[in-house]
Amino acid sequence: MSSTDLTPADFAKLPRQHDADQLTRPSLSYWADAWRRLRGNPRAMASLGLILFLLAFVTVGPAVWTVDPSAQDVDQIGIGPGADRHVTLTAPLTPWEPQTMAPPKASTDNPLGFTLAEPATTQAVRLTWVDHDSPHRLYRNLFAPADTGSYGLPLADLDTPYFEDRLDLQPETYYYTLVALDAAGEETDTGVTLTIDVTRVISFAEARERGLIGPDEKAEIGQTLELAWHPLGTDYLGRDMLARLMYGGQVSLFIGLLAPLAFVLLGVVYGSVAGFLGGAVDQAMMRFADFVVALPFLLFMILFKVVFGIGPGESGILPMLAAMIILLWPAPARLVRGQILQIREEGYVSASKLLGATTPYVVGRHMLPNTLGVILVTITFQVPSAIFTEAFLSFIGMGVAPPTPSWGAMCNEGIKSMLTRPHELLFPAIMISATVLAFNLLGDGLRDALDARMRGAE
Amino acid sequence: MMEYAAKRVMLGLLTVWFIASATFFGMHAVPGDPLSGEKALTPQIRANLEAKYGLDKPLATQYWIYLGNIAQGDFGISYTQENRRVNDIIREHFPVSATLGILAIVFAGVGGVLWGALTALYRNRWPDVVIMFLVILGISVPSFVMAAISQWSLVNLNQIAGGTVLPIGGWGSVWHMVAPALVLGLSTMAYLTRLMRSSMLEVVNTDYVRTAKAKGIPATQIFSRHQLRNAILPVITVLGPAIAGITTGGFVVEIVFAIPGLGRYFVQAIQQLDYTVIMGTTVFYGAFLVFMVILVDLIYSFIDPRVRVDQ
Repeated sequence: MSSTDLTPADFAKLPRQHDADQLTRPSLSYWADAWRRLRGNPRAMASLGLILFLLAFVTVGPAVWTVDPSAQDVDQIGIGPGADRHVTLTAPLTPWEPQTMAPPKASTDNPLGFTLAEPATTQAVRLTWVDHDSPHRLYRNLFAPADTGSYGLPLADLDTPYFEDRLDLQPETYYYTLVALDAAGEETDTGVTLTIDVTRVISFAEARERGLIGPDEKAEIGQTLELAWHPLGTDYLGRDMLARLMYGGQVSLFIGLLAPLAFVLLGVVYGSVAGFLGGAVDQAMMRFADFVVALPFLLFMILFKVVFGIGPGESGILPMLAAMIILLWPAPARLVRGQILQIREEGYVSASKLLGATTPYVVGRHMLPNTLGVILVTITFQVPSAIFTEAFLSFIGMGVAPPTPSWGAMCNEGIKSMLTRPHELLFPAIMISATVLAFNLLGDGLRDALDARMRGAE
Repeated sequence: MMEYAAKRVMLGLLTVWFIASATFFGMHAVPGDPLSGEKALTPQIRANLEAKYGLDKPLATQYWIYLGNIAQGDFGISYTQENRRVNDIIREHFPVSATLGILAIVFAGVGGVLWGALTALYRNRWPDVVIMFLVILGISVPSFVMAAISQWSLVNLNQIAGGTVLPIGGWGSVWHMVAPALVLGLSTMAYLTRLMRSSMLEVVNTDYVRTAKAKGIPATQIFSRHQLRNAILPVITVLGPAIAGITTGGFVVEIVFAIPGLGRYFVQAIQQLDYTVIMGTTVFYGAFLVFMVILVDLIYSFIDPRVRVDQ
C-alpha cells in the first residue's frame, strides 16, 4: 500500500543530471581504436609475441650464442639435439697387422666366422672372418637389414679375410653384413650380419688441437672428455644448428620483411599516381600492371636469378630482393588505386580542395592515411609468401648461395638425410612454419582491427 | 559474350608475346653465352656453332626468328642434350606434370568446397575449430616440408605393413600419383577451404535460404540447391591462379618424389644453364597459365553473367 502514499515532495522537480552527457572514456583515434581491438584478439597478440620473439632470436640471439655458424665440429657431425658428447681419450691409431692374429672360428650361427677383431671406435672398425677360396662382399648399413631389406652401402669386394673400415665413422650403431661370393662373383645365400656399436674416441694430439686439453694439462689414455655443446645438434658438415638457425633467420626474415615493404611501397606510389591522375594515364598504367601480373611469378623469379647471376663470394640475397620487387608490385598498386578512386569522390576531399588544399596535401593528408590500414594488412599478408618464395628458391638451389645459411637452404640440405638425421630438416622447417603462421594470424587480426569493411571475412 | 572472349584472348596473346620478349631479352642479358663451356673452342668451330644456332646474326634478327619460331610452336634445340628438341622434352614430360596437376586440383577443389561448407555450417563448434586449425597449419607449412613428412610417413607405414602400401617415389601406376597429388593440392585446398567458409557464411543466412526453410524444404536440399550453388561461385574465380600455384608447386613435389615431370626438367635445365630449354619451358608454361586463367574467367562469366557487366 505504501507505494500509493505519495506526498507533494515526490512531485518536486529533480535537479538536472549531466552524467549522461559526460564522456566517460577518452576519445579514441583510429589507430588507438585499432590497437584496442587488436589487443582484444588473443590469437593476434600471441602471434605478435611470436614475431617479436623470432626477431629477437635472429638479432639478439647471435650476441648471446656466440658460436660461429660456419665453424665445423668434425668430432660431432650430424648429431641430434641432446646427443651424448663424451669422448674417450685414446692412443693414436696404429697400423693393423691382421695376419698375426689368431683366425676366427666358424660356427653354425656364423658360417663365415665374421667377427669384430678389436673394439669398434670412430678411428676404425676392424673385422675378420674365416679365409675361404672365394671372395666376400662387405656391406654397411645404419638400419637393420632385416627391417629394410637392404644390406646398405657396399664397402668392398675382398679376397683377404679381414677389412678395416675407416669411412666416416660416427658414434652410432652400424650393421655390417658379409656375403660370400661364388666363383662368378655373384652373391650367394651365405651372409652374416654383425651389429656393432661404435664408440667415440679422440687421440691426445687431436684433443689438444681442439682445446679439449689445455697446453699444460695432463691427461691419461682412457679418460673421458667432454666435447663442445650443440643444443640443437649439428648439420651434415658439423656446423652448429642453433647458430645457423639464427644467421639463416636473418636472411629469411630480411627478405621476408624487406621485400614486401619495398614492393608494397612501390605499388602504393604507382597505384596512387594512377588513381589520382585517372583517365587515359590511369588506363595505360593499369594495362602495364596487368602485363606484369600475368607473368608467371616463380618462373620469372628463377629467370631473374639466372639473369643477374651470382658471382663468387656473393650470397644472392640482393638479386632475389630485386626480382621480388620488380615482379610483385602490381597487386598492391591495383588495391591502392581502387582505394584512391573511391576516396577521391569523398566529401572531405572535396571540402579540403574547396578550402584551397594543394594536390600533394590532399594525397598526403587525406588519401594515403585512409588507405594505410589496407596497406598495412597487405604487407602483413605478403610476408608469408615472401618467406615461402625465399624458401622455395633456396630449396631448388636457386636462392641464397652456400655457405650463407637461410631456412630454406637448410631445409634443402636437411631433406637429403631426413631418415637418419631428421633434426636437420625439422628445425628450419619449424622456424619457417612458425614465422608464416604468426604473420598469417597477425594479418587476420590486423584486418579485423583496421578495416571495418573486411571484418569477419576470411 | 563472344566479344568479351575475343578481347580476353587478344589480351592473352599480347601477354604471351610480352612473356616471350621478356624471356628473350632477359636470357640475352645473362653474362657469358651458351657456347662458353668448359672446353675452349677454336674460332672456326665457334663460328660454325654460332652459325648453327643462329647466334652470329644481329640481336633484332635473332629476335624475329625467335618470335617466328614460337608462333609456329618451335622452341629450338637443347644446348646440353645433343639434338634433343625442346618440343620433344615438353611433349614427353608435360603430360606427367599435367596429370599430377589435374589430380591435385580435383583433390583441392572437392576437398576445399566440402571442408569449407562443413566449417560454415558448424560455425564456432568443434568441427569448425578443428578444420580451421588444420587449414592454418596447411597454409603455414611449405610444400617441400609436407612432401618430406609424407614420404617419411609412407616409409614408416610401409615398414609397419611389411610391404608396399603406397610407393614412396617414382612414377608409373595410379598408386604413384596418390601421395604427390595430395601434397601438391594441400595448400590450395587449405586456401579454398578458407574462401569457401567465408563465402558460405554469407549465404547461410540470406533471405532465399530463410524462405526455403519456411517452405519446409529439407536441410540437405537447402544445402545442395541453395547454399552450395551460390557459395561456390567465388571459389571458381580463384581456380585460375590456383592452377598457376599448383604448377609451380609441382616443381618441388616432382623433385622430392622423383617424378619425371616438366617441372623437374625445368629446374634441371636451370642448374645446367640450358638456355633454349629454360626459354622454351618458360614461354610454354607462361602461355599455358595465361590461357588457363582466361579459360576459368570465361567459364565463370558463363556461370555468373553479372561478371561480364563489370568488365
